Amino acid sequence: MYVVIVGGGKVGYYLTKELLAAGHELVLMEKDGRRARQIADEVGSIVLQRDGCEGKHLEEAGAKRAAIVAAVTGDDEDNLVVCQMAKHHFDVPRTIARVNNPRNESLFRHLGVDEIISPTRMALAAIEQDIPVHELLHLAQLPGGRLELIEARITEDSPALGRRASDLSLPEACSLFAIIRGGNAQPIRSDTALEVGDTVLAISRTESENQLHDALIGAAEGGDTD
Amino acid sequence: MRAFIAGCGRTGAGLAERLAAAGHEVTIMDTSTEAFNRLDHEFPGRALRGDATDEDQLRRAGAEGVDLFFALTEGDNRNILAAQLAAESLGVAQVVAKVNDPVRAEAYRALGLATLCRTRLLVDALATYSGLPRDPGAEGVAPAIGHHQEHDGATAGVAVPVGGR
Repeated sequence: MYVVIVGGGKVGYYLTKELLAAGHELVLMEKDGRRARQIADEVGSIVLQRDGCEGKHLEEAGAKRAAIVAAVTGDDEDNLVVCQMAKHHFDVPRTIARVNNPRNESLFRHLGVDEIISPTRMALAAIEQDIPVHELLHLAQLPGGRLELIEARITEDSPALGRRASDLSLPEACSLFAIIRGGNAQPIRSDTALEVGDTVLAISRTESENQLHDALIGAAEGGDTD
Repeated sequence: MRAFIAGCGRTGAGLAERLAAAGHEVTIMDTSTEAFNRLDHEFPGRALRGDATDEDQLRRAGAEGVDLFFALTEGDNRNILAAQLAAESLGVAQVVAKVNDPVRAEAYRALGLATLCRTRLLVDALATYSGLPRDPGAEGVAPAIGHHQEHDGATAGVAVPVGGR
């Protein structure tokens, strides 16, 4: 199946990787040159540095033979225009739009967008469902977009409790760099043993977050949302 | 007449003043209050800060049911979204979107929007100045082509654009 994805932010990036892994043929359109090159370095020449809102660029990307066009930029107006152009100008059978303002959902459907992805609504639903107490906390995304600064609280159930930092099996390219204990910050040395109540600060790749969670907090109980 | 203008750039501000001077009730909206410096000190209409691509903000600003709605911000796509919100959700009968990309402008005429394409107007003005014949499609606001979209979201019956391809 041939898929055109517009927008190489986090959603577009992970969608691209998932669909490639599932064996689909696709093109990712990202208008920002730096971001486009960054993704191309990883996934290869399927990245087109073009504005997917422009009709002629959509055509270049092969919209005419696409089974699906997915518009997942951070701007609702861009996603709407991509889907409408795809639908009405290129007869794409299925269009998917990311909608950031939940208020736009019904309008987009009404205007012919086939499928709506609403990260805001999903986040709201997840938060309303339950707020996990011992979760990892995302403090910041580091420049470049691949690394995150994360905070984890060590509890009685933590598999890391009482162990030394050097003995933990951490994911690749992940680093624990400080703990906050008794209100004071201190660097983590290889012989620092973790105690209940410690707050561990770590830098991790976004995709290794689950492994870091398992190492510091323990395997998630029940259905873990992503 | 009640008119609503989204975007207080040179075009939006100029139009707001003309309409207000002619005695119409004008509301102009922009995301930046600085943009309102373009308006005359004695501008009698309302100038409101807000995002015209947000339905709630448009409603609060009184855009519902106005006689004329002009989407004149800097962004083609923002204008397209604001104009469709006005037409579909706010029940405005006469809506014009400034769409400077000629391909998009033509495509949206076919989807029921009257469009104003600055690029096409300027190209035509300069081409005729150079002695070339007029582009018959480049005259002011280009009206919508054919039928409006079906209200159940169905896309059947939407005409394929005639130009631009």
